[in-house]
Amino acid sequence: MKVGLFVPCYVDQFYPNVAIATMQLLEKLGCEVVFPLEQTCCGQPMANSGFSHISEGCNKNFVDNFSGVDYVVCPSGSCTLHIKDHLHVEGKEAEAEKIRKQVYELSEFLIDVLKIDHLTASFPFKVGIHSSCHGQRGLHLSSMSERVLPAFSKPETLLNMVKGITLCKPQRVDECCGFGGTFCVFEEAVSAKMGKDRVQEHEDNHVDYITGVDMSCLMHMEGILKRQHSKVKVIHIAEILNAHFN
Amino acid sequence: MSTRDKILQAVKNNKPALIPLQEIPALLDVTEENPIVKFTAILKNLSTEVKEVDGWDEVIQYVSELKQQYKIVTVIDGVDGIVNDGADTINQSAAALASLDYALIKGPIGIAENGAIWLNDKNLPNRLLPFICQHLVLVIEAKDIVSNMHQAYRKIQVNEEGYGVFISGPSKTADIEQSLVIGAHGPLSLRVYIVH
Amino acid sequence: MQGTTTHSEKAAQFIANEPRTDWHDDTLWFVRTKRDRAAHTIEAWEGLRATASHIKEHTLSNLHDYLTQFEQNALANGVQVHWAADAAEHNAIVHSIIKKAGIDKIVKSKSMLTEECHLNEYLIQQGIDVVDTDLGERIVQFRHELPSHIVLPAIHLKKQDVSDTFHEHLGTEKDNIDPSYLTHAARLHLRDKFIASDVAITGVNFAIAETGGIVVCTNEGNADMGVHAARVHIACMGMEKMIPKAEHLGVFLRLLARSATGQPITTYSSHFHKPRKGAEMHIVIVDNGRSRQLGRADFRNSLKCIRCGACFNTCPVYRRSGGHSYHNAVAGPIGSILAPNIDMRKNADLPFASTLCGSCSNVCPVKIDIHDQLWKWRQVLMKEGYGGSGKNIMMKGMAFVLSHPRIYRMAGGMGRKVMRWMPWLFNNKSLNPWYKNREMPAPPKQSFREWYQQNKQ
Repeated sequence: MKVGLFVPCYVDQFYPNVAIATMQLLEKLGCEVVFPLEQTCCGQPMANSGFSHISEGCNKNFVDNFSGVDYVVCPSGSCTLHIKDHLHVEGKEAEAEKIRKQVYELSEFLIDVLKIDHLTASFPFKVGIHSSCHGQRGLHLSSMSERVLPAFSKPETLLNMVKGITLCKPQRVDECCGFGGTFCVFEEAVSAKMGKDRVQEHEDNHVDYITGVDMSCLMHMEGILKRQHSKVKVIHIAEILNAHFN
Repeated sequence: MSTRDKILQAVKNNKPALIPLQEIPALLDVTEENPIVKFTAILKNLSTEVKEVDGWDEVIQYVSELKQQYKIVTVIDGVDGIVNDGADTINQSAAALASLDYALIKGPIGIAENGAIWLNDKNLPNRLLPFICQHLVLVIEAKDIVSNMHQAYRKIQVNEEGYGVFISGPSKTADIEQSLVIGAHGPLSLRVYIVH
Repeated sequence: MQGTTTHSEKAAQFIANEPRTDWHDDTLWFVRTKRDRAAHTIEAWEGLRATASHIKEHTLSNLHDYLTQFEQNALANGVQVHWAADAAEHNAIVHSIIKKAGIDKIVKSKSMLTEECHLNEYLIQQGIDVVDTDLGERIVQFRHELPSHIVLPAIHLKKQDVSDTFHEHLGTEKDNIDPSYLTHAARLHLRDKFIASDVAITGVNFAIAETGGIVVCTNEGNADMGVHAARVHIACMGMEKMIPKAEHLGVFLRLLARSATGQPITTYSSHFHKPRKGAEMHIVIVDNGRSRQLGRADFRNSLKCIRCGACFNTCPVYRRSGGHSYHNAVAGPIGSILAPNIDMRKNADLPFASTLCGSCSNVCPVKIDIHDQLWKWRQVLMKEGYGGSGKNIMMKGMAFVLSHPRIYRMAGGMGRKVMRWMPWLFNNKSLNPWYKNREMPAPPKQSFREWYQQNKQ
């Protein structure tokens, strides 16, 4: 099974360890992983700012890079959702459609495609789960507090396979952290306030780490935690699922 | 072209292709195992005093007790021992009714899922009655309590009279800091008799 | 958007008082949790939402016929029906009815449509004394403010604020902040108004095509007190309030109050078909941009809205920025998709007052895809040039870099180097909004790409 690793631009630049963990994890689970070198970004920063009409070049580059693999896997719910909902390229619509159907966020790929039921990872820490909105409400990685439907969570199912981990949820179990892409600078005051409130709930739970499927939310919360000189750290789910502490 | 015609023309031009109307799915209409228990529980939650009684004796006695002390109007038909004096209010103004202490009104249907009781012009010789009285007493026969809104709307005809209302609990507001206060503009209290 | 204060600026002012922001957030979150509990008491909740959505979609697809049918039936009931193309015509119609009745004191229960049309302002200019009778609306009216929430108009105010206002206008005891005491004072004050007023204006929650009747929902009983005490009832409705049949009320009334406040139903659900003997009843049907919105395929289903306010209560941005930051009669997520239809330039900032978290769409009882429409409005507004030139240049630059992999790699590498060598450039609160409340991520020496090339190729 050939998997094209789609690494979000800010992960490539700022959080290489997340991409390394994702790659190692997928390889451990038997996937042939390639990283198309000419990839840049999914185009979401432009589109969420209202400029999808100028993201044609970016979209074309994405299709050129990811045609010819069985699956595209990404350690980000938000970027995955963007590709799924909005990847269109004039003249290459068949390829774009194929990618839209075969793109997966990491945790849903592990559960739905690889159907894994155990992991060798161990992570003996108290971990707070952050439910990222695009993964949750967009990709349906887990049930949502607003809906009257059966409860489930793909990221939590995976984290529960990790030895030694203690999971912990905030009271407002799936409230947004306030990152929101360019929202974080254009609506700086609200964004920062939302982030502070989110972080506070995890602080109250005395967690060692906050984890989630989206490094962007975690980057935002990390910025706030560091400013507050907190002991709480952030860690991407891929890093926990690939972790070996003894 | 009149404004009316212009608006209707614009709507006609801009509306999407017709989406055929489907029936309300039967699965929404779940019959309560015990509608009276549910009805009572919901109303108690809505700060309403609920009295479940066998026969009319207690209601008759309550009416006569109130009459001795308060200005009351009773709109209950066909019960020996209770005089329906609703007709006296037909032409009374708001100013005249403002001093009304109690209104006692019998409704034709109650709803378990939300504690609402239906009244219309047949039970309301004056539409102000259940709003302007200081305290409201509604009476419902146990057999007239249905499970939910779907069942209620099948039983009533909304335009049988010029006006009809579902009432569920005393008037209330939470407009000041979300603090619930019973007794806004309408009655300060509601008592409901369920008569078997 | 230029020339006025934007949502983000007003939000920043709101948040400057952090304890008060926390209080506002907690208060509305409490309403959201009440809504959750109420929804979970109905096993078929999701089915109810789907049915409500379907009925509204059907109605919009046949709105012309339903409006006509409604008018015919209302006329047959002895109701006078008026049509208004916009706010100005609506206000003029209402004024002419009041003038004809020869009255200069009126009471009004809650109607978001009349807020949208700025009816109060207009009538007061014409010398009419308008008294809002919903408690929350009366409070904000005394304070010369606008409602900050469509269901909870005074939710931005604390007990002390209300106490001060009532002390000034109603002569209540200074600093008595007991909500029961304050509510009772308003009750006595407004009972006099009800009794003295011969015209009552109400909004409309639902208009039934097959019977020509309207339904109005309140908890306080103020709509009914006003209407039944008055000689003339004027009901003002946006034309999207239509539903085909009375039986459909069963679906909507099950959803409305549960979504709004977590109650099983409002205290009063009043069905008006005919005026009482000797009285008049008027219905004013208003377009004010709705027919235009109906023609926008991406946005028409915003007209399904039943004004429950659930999207306000769940919205993490609304809770932390307050209704007034939306500078529109209808605030919150739904306001942000309705407002650009009325004035794109003035409201171009509102679709950006969201993280697109999607919670609004999930609580919506008629399944409006609110967050998707926010995204789509952003595309329309920026394409039309309402973003300003700065944003335009920035985004074009970003698009250029991201479509050229070599330039992207160079820029990324350079960026990280600059961050390491000149951290003061980024760690600067005036140049970098991110840095005001957050540290920058630590730039690693190696990007993933560089690691991959070194280790995997």
